[in-house]
Amino acid sequence: MPKKYHLHPKPAPPRFAAPGPFGIIEGDGCLNCSNCVKKSCVYSVFRKREFDTHQLMDTADSLCKNCFRCVQECYGRILSKSANPEFRSLGNKYWTPEIIASNWCQAETGKIPVSGGGYGGPFAGPGFDSMWTDMSEIVRPTRDGIHGREYISTSVEFGRVAQPVAFAFEQDSFNGAETSDHGISPRVEASLPIIFDLLPFHSFNSSVRLALAQAARETKALMVVRAEEMEENLGPLAGHLIPLLPAGEVSSLTSTLSGVRMVEVPFTSSGEVRERVREIKQINREVVVAVRMMLGPRSEENAFALAGAGIEVLHLLADEEGQEQGASSPRFIKDLIRSIHLGLVQQKRRDELSLIFGGGIAMAEHVAKAIICGADAVSISIPLLLALECRLCGRCGPGMKCPVEVEKINPSWGRQRITNLIAAWHAQLLEVLGAMGMRDVRRLRGEAGRAIFREEIERETFGQIFGEPVAKARLEKEEGYVLAP
Amino acid sequence: MSWPPEIKRTPSRFRNPIGKYKIHRGPACVHCGKCAELCPLGVHRRMGKKMLAPKDELCLGPTCADREYYCIRRCPQAALRMVINPNLQAFTDYRWPADLLLSTWQQAETGEVPHGDLEYRLGNSGGGFDRLRLRLPEQEDPSLSLRENGDEVSTAISLNRRDDGRPQVRISVPFYGGGMSFGSVSINTMLSRARAAEAWNTFTCTGEGGFPAPLQKYDDHMITQVATGLFGVREETIQRVRIVEFKYAQGAKPGLGGHLLGDKVTPAVARMREAVVGNSLFSPFPFHSVYSVEDHKKHVDWIKEVNPRCLVSVKVSTPTDVDMVAVGSYYAGAHIIHLDGSYGGTGAAPDIAKKNIAMPIEYAIPKVHRFLAEEGIRDQVTLIASGGIRSAYDIAKAIALGADGAVVGTADMVALECLRCRNCESGQGCPRGIATTDPELSQLMGMDWGSQRIINLYGAWRKQLVALLQIWGLKDIGELVGRTDLLMHLDYHREELKDDDIRPFLLRGNGHRRN
Repeated sequence: MPKKYHLHPKPAPPRFAAPGPFGIIEGDGCLNCSNCVKKSCVYSVFRKREFDTHQLMDTADSLCKNCFRCVQECYGRILSKSANPEFRSLGNKYWTPEIIASNWCQAETGKIPVSGGGYGGPFAGPGFDSMWTDMSEIVRPTRDGIHGREYISTSVEFGRVAQPVAFAFEQDSFNGAETSDHGISPRVEASLPIIFDLLPFHSFNSSVRLALAQAARETKALMVVRAEEMEENLGPLAGHLIPLLPAGEVSSLTSTLSGVRMVEVPFTSSGEVRERVREIKQINREVVVAVRMMLGPRSEENAFALAGAGIEVLHLLADEEGQEQGASSPRFIKDLIRSIHLGLVQQKRRDELSLIFGGGIAMAEHVAKAIICGADAVSISIPLLLALECRLCGRCGPGMKCPVEVEKINPSWGRQRITNLIAAWHAQLLEVLGAMGMRDVRRLRGEAGRAIFREEIERETFGQIFGEPVAKARLEKEEGYVLAP
Repeated sequence: MSWPPEIKRTPSRFRNPIGKYKIHRGPACVHCGKCAELCPLGVHRRMGKKMLAPKDELCLGPTCADREYYCIRRCPQAALRMVINPNLQAFTDYRWPADLLLSTWQQAETGEVPHGDLEYRLGNSGGGFDRLRLRLPEQEDPSLSLRENGDEVSTAISLNRRDDGRPQVRISVPFYGGGMSFGSVSINTMLSRARAAEAWNTFTCTGEGGFPAPLQKYDDHMITQVATGLFGVREETIQRVRIVEFKYAQGAKPGLGGHLLGDKVTPAVARMREAVVGNSLFSPFPFHSVYSVEDHKKHVDWIKEVNPRCLVSVKVSTPTDVDMVAVGSYYAGAHIIHLDGSYGGTGAAPDIAKKNIAMPIEYAIPKVHRFLAEEGIRDQVTLIASGGIRSAYDIAKAIALGADGAVVGTADMVALECLRCRNCESGQGCPRGIATTDPELSQLMGMDWGSQRIINLYGAWRKQLVALLQIWGLKDIGELVGRTDLLMHLDYHREELKDDDIRPFLLRGNGHRRN
């Protein structure tokens, strides 16, 4: 059994007050009655409020917990509440204000978001929201992982499965990577199935990269970094880095290739990639080579060809909203994962390579769901930026000023925020695994039977009762909103 | 106890109740008092020569426009203006839109079917109950008053359907209260629920946190829970009651144990649970003594041995194999199989569990109902559904899908003026004095007020259920079980549905639209 994996979250407060979902509005006509509800606020919102001179905002709205006591008890009826447009305008339809705020909170506290009351969101939705994960009771036991009472492993390995078992027994060492001289492929272990990918929008400065890389070391994760951005200060962290090599010759990259356990090469064509892998292995045969490829209409075809060519790891990327690129009606990453995973299973090649999927992984639940669909691991990018308080305004893309000054962070604060986020995600992954009675995240891969897909359960229940449903296109047209696929 | 329980008007305990509309009185008002004369609902009142602030929670909204007492049109100075209350933006969600909260408050206040244009039947979640409609004959509006008094129709259900020599327990309404522990809610909240359960001859449940002494007066209407932490479970508590419930799992956090965060573990709570003050209490998961149906049977036998007159309910969540779990529970000797769907309420649960783990109750009911029927045991077990049952209409739909009855929790809280701010878990708990054990906050709510609010809500629900049964020509709620022919679904019965059925929120003009 691997050594117990344990993270150490510590509170890391934000540098800027974040906009809250609702605003308090104070009207005219205070009676000066001295029964002031503002004094008696359970959360001392009115006492703790400040005027934030940097953002020119009243912090009351960030502190308010929306209990309505002040609104309902004010003698002069001068207080009311309403939605905060600044909060509502955060992000976009996929990266909703709720997702953004939840990640901020996890990066601050390192804790699983817990709340009272039932779930208040939609019944189901598109993408990952059209599936539920399973749980076990009575006939199948669960695991109590979250409070440390039973150990649940989240570690994954990248690379080809060690082939000849009999051969391994003859070795003194049982470590696959060290025995590669004898023909066993190298493998890289990570303590959790989450890879830190390149950040979106623009190329962030070295303090951001350092924070990320330190967090990768602390969380025993791996992080993709452009080979040309591997500055000297990242040197000691090389074991946690996956340099993304530029297209073209590799012979000049000998120094980059030493000291790292895994590298990534961009996909060009199946033949060219195979040649590059061969060149890299000539320089460092212990390194695992991943091929980075955008998901699109030809992904399946390319993935199967690369698997056939002996590629060890595929890192497949949808866009930031989880959609494939270059398709007239794009599929969502969940469906692409299932398709590629099942295709490889049918070809009996699934265990010959690892699949990492990225794009649209916005919450801890997406990690579990992507793995159920067939991924070995996922890669994330926007959540890492959210941990650094990013507001997803996208202004940095065209070079405008960042409202939360992401590039001015202290790397150790950034490292803690990212560690906190990962600790919270890890704990949530344990919740999901524990509820299903699983002790190992590797067992979750492709276990579609341990999920409930909306389309299938609809057919099995309402379909059996009511017959054929009407076409989705018609529902969307008539009701004006998009239903679950 | 008189039957039916007396309905007494029980207004909001807050100075400024919240209505769907707000009436603005402009500076042009000359305080003539015309509006006070006109409005039969009492929105406008004049004291001396001055108009008081409008009681706009009583206003009917734009549906009043064609009545001759419509203040907005009749005001001689044109000084009045009506708007949708902007406050609603801050307490609406998909499952409990502002309309459903306000209408539930109104039912708890009056005991009547809500007036005005409040949507009291549906939430806006875009699936499950919110996409199911009841199939009613043309021109039948169940919101109209009952035909006669409804005495010829029975809403009672039997909870013991096994012929095993144990007592019969019959409840007069097809629903009872779900488990809420002392610790998660205040003693006043528990007592309010217990007294309402007694008044309507049904049950409420202690949850996993012991059996506080003040509740012992209501023993015959209490279910006591045995959950994975075994907090407060003693032979004596099991022997007190007519129904004992095993909580294997809870819909809000399937596969996880109960959560009571440290701040809510006050000295009184800690004493009851034999725990340490201020320490968070996380119940383990699962019962570490149950790893098979056979183990489960030992559990059930143990309870039956300790209390020879009790019925045993098994509360389970909704995994993919929920049908197998239900059958297993039946063979282990359970009288009641209580399915708690994944969108159920809670005092504290991880958000990831609430949203993602296990299936919604709307799928589990027909799945289990059919499976039990195929196994030939459907009529020997009582199937109870919970986890997102918010209204009388949800109860009717759950029964038509195949349940015998329902369990409610959040709706009781809403009757006590919960507005789902979802801070039950934090600090000392509910700032509105419901889900808290903080001595000061608990004082915000009186027991008499609380009991009457829940009695009223149950009364309004029963009226709706009776009216529905009358419209369908059914004499007993039991005849509704599995009558899926009385349901329509927006995804399947497009041709038969009217616009009004398809988009009630949009037609009612309050702008609750997804995205």
